[in-house]
Amino acid sequence: MIGWRHDLEPFLLKEAQARNLPILLDFSAAPM
Amino acid sequence: MARFIEKHFLPARVHVREQAAEFKRLGEKYDAQWTPTILLLDSQGEEQHRIEGFLPADEFQAQLMLGLGHAAFHHREWAQAEQWFREVVKQFEHSDSAPEALYWAGVARYKCSGDGSALAETARAFRDRWEDTSWAKKASVWGAHSA
Repeated sequence: MIGWRHDLEPFLLKEAQARNLPILLDFSAAPM
Repeated sequence: MARFIEKHFLPARVHVREQAAEFKRLGEKYDAQWTPTILLLDSQGEEQHRIEGFLPADEFQAQLMLGLGHAAFHHREWAQAEQWFREVVKQFEHSDSAPEALYWAGVARYKCSGDGSALAETARAFRDRWEDTSWAKKASVWGAHSA
């Protein structure tokens, strides 16, 4: 699980395209 | 479960309090107003499936598979979509996701083959199980001429 950073979005989108995988984005209040 | 997620997704998390600014931005972008909210996004950042609220492990994994089916369906990958939907029915037949998966498996097969009997077969399958669900009601129209 990757913790989100403000600069992560382009990286994840590029990775998703390259690896042909969807992103699972979890908005969570559970302890990190 | 962790292995399934690692194999089929790029998982990322935004903590609503510890990353408040990011949660505000992304929460507004994706209309996430409750936790947990889990989104399945494609490589364009488009939402394909949404899970809101806590689920036990088996229900959660069934939802993830259902989401993979919907993602494939949205991209018109009918055979792949049907495969995921059938996996939900097979592996998680007691989950709340199973009737929805059976419904969409029928639609995906019809989209792939153009053969209306895929829908009639699905309507028939709903007579054997999950007949009290909204999905069975939706599928019932397909069985009107198949008895």
